[in-house]
Amino acid sequence: MGMTLTEKILADHSDQATVSPGDNIWIDVDVLMTHDVCGPGTIGIFKEQFGADFKVWNKEKVVIIPDHYIFTSDVHANRNIDILRAFAKEQSLPYYYDVGTKDYKGVCHIALAQEGHNRPGEVLFGTDSHTCTSGAFGMFATGIGNTDAAFIMGTGKLWVKVPESMRFEFTGEFPPYIMAKDIILQVIGDIGVAGATYRAMEWAGDAIMNFSMEERMTLCNMAIEAGGKNALIPADEKTVEYVKQRTDKPFKIHHADADAKYCFNKVYNASEMEPVVAKPHSPDNKAKVTEVAGTKIDRAYIGSCTGGKFTDFLAAARILKGKKVAVDTFIVPATMEVEKDLYEKRWDGETLMDIFKNAGASIGESSCAACLGGPKDTFGRTHGTEVVISTTNRNFPGRMGSKQSEVYLASPYTAAASAITGKITDPREFIN
Amino acid sequence: MEDIIEGTAYVLGDDIDTDQIIPAEHLVYSLSDPEEKKNYGKYALSGVPSAGAGLPDGGKSFVADGKFESDHKIIIGGKNFGCGSSREHAPACLKIAGIKAVVAESYARIFYRNSVDGGFFIPFETPASLIGTIRTGDRLVIDVAKGELTHHSGGDSKVWQLKPLGDVSEIIRAGDIFAYARKAGLIPSA
Repeated sequence: MGMTLTEKILADHSDQATVSPGDNIWIDVDVLMTHDVCGPGTIGIFKEQFGADFKVWNKEKVVIIPDHYIFTSDVHANRNIDILRAFAKEQSLPYYYDVGTKDYKGVCHIALAQEGHNRPGEVLFGTDSHTCTSGAFGMFATGIGNTDAAFIMGTGKLWVKVPESMRFEFTGEFPPYIMAKDIILQVIGDIGVAGATYRAMEWAGDAIMNFSMEERMTLCNMAIEAGGKNALIPADEKTVEYVKQRTDKPFKIHHADADAKYCFNKVYNASEMEPVVAKPHSPDNKAKVTEVAGTKIDRAYIGSCTGGKFTDFLAAARILKGKKVAVDTFIVPATMEVEKDLYEKRWDGETLMDIFKNAGASIGESSCAACLGGPKDTFGRTHGTEVVISTTNRNFPGRMGSKQSEVYLASPYTAAASAITGKITDPREFIN
Repeated sequence: MEDIIEGTAYVLGDDIDTDQIIPAEHLVYSLSDPEEKKNYGKYALSGVPSAGAGLPDGGKSFVADGKFESDHKIIIGGKNFGCGSSREHAPACLKIAGIKAVVAESYARIFYRNSVDGGFFIPFETPASLIGTIRTGDRLVIDVAKGELTHHSGGDSKVWQLKPLGDVSEIIRAGDIFAYARKAGLIPSA
């Protein structure tokens, strides 16, 4: 029996030639990533279990990216950054991206890609559920808790249960107003918030492979919103080009076998896809934009690992160029590299940053910001009954701060179109 | 691991996500400092909207104002319990609030794994929905070895069979992933 891409990578990191869904195996870890919310807890368990003077299993393989609560006066949050800083120094970690220095990056999942830590064929664990984003690079990547992370920190290994794989194929071409965000919201709506629990979500088809690396990351990023263990897009020339620009480290490209076994297989016609949103309060509460068009909003938010990459802002800028927003609109670049691009890259003669400023949007600093609410002084956080259209990943009650606020998840095109009119708006009204 | 878990129930619905279990603004407290980590007990389940807090009536705080521990020892949940974030603060806050077991129809994967590997409490699965049957405040007894839940309500009692713990039972029995790995000789004894 052949193996899926997930099975291939897991087998390659175990002491077995082949693995099957349901097998419990120990695997070797290539990269462990943590951040300011879960890093201090992980470090605490690591020291408690292995001793105060113990060294991490491989300092080249531990990546620490503070990104969640950065621009806040919260004393505990700032203390947590101090813990990361002290640990990175004590362990001589080469990949610690410190706050307040030129090394600071921003949102970990995007920084992992931009700094060359995502490499095809590798195994990456991170203390963040959106670690599945890195599956866009043809690697196995999933989120874990502090205890598992501390175990890896000391041993370089972790047990995993080999997941069954689901296959989602999109044939043909997507219409120009469709983004990866529409596709992942469509699929989560189809299979439900637990539709991929314990499973791998493998993406395939010409329409998927035509997506840029950033769009592929959006697609894999929200696998966790369907309960998925990981997401995977096979590496191709685009992947290789992106990775080689950012690292000299070698990598290995795996492909699923032709006779690999999938527990679920669905083929979509890409040309039939429509702009969709997830209504409050669940990512699987799907509606076509046409079904909710006209719903009044108080706020638009464009940012996060899901919707704060350059591609996302380029989409928003195409719609916002020369227009004014009708509601409070928050722009939060995921990383410093994205922010730099906003200042330097242009659409129709104007920099993206100027387009946003002239439209009347507020610009925040690179971090997770209000995607998950956070401390009271977080940029863009909700405090009341705001109705928000957002390019982020979750709309659970209270996710963006206030339990009374309502969040619609949407693509950057839809969020930008809605920002202009003050109500949920089909981006086709602005895209010819 | 306790052989018998006994206490009152706190009943929740389906898709209880980690933002409801512990809202993100509270993720700043130390989990290592014994005093500071009590805050996780204080804010455990504080993100659950009032209507769903303590079913069937709702409006029942899991932890009373000014307290750090709940009066309840067992949570009854529905489908996809613990979905969302990988934050280990979620199972940790339930333990800090005094929870010994969660009994749900199904779990989100990372929450389940964190509960087991961190040794916070036993995440049991029930083949039948118990949400409509068990009321917040009802007295429950779980016999861990037998996997039986006894529900006392009024003068009656009824026994429910829970699903076997399966693959993870050895980790649960050892205490957590570190204890399991030491016992299995995978890492040296501390």
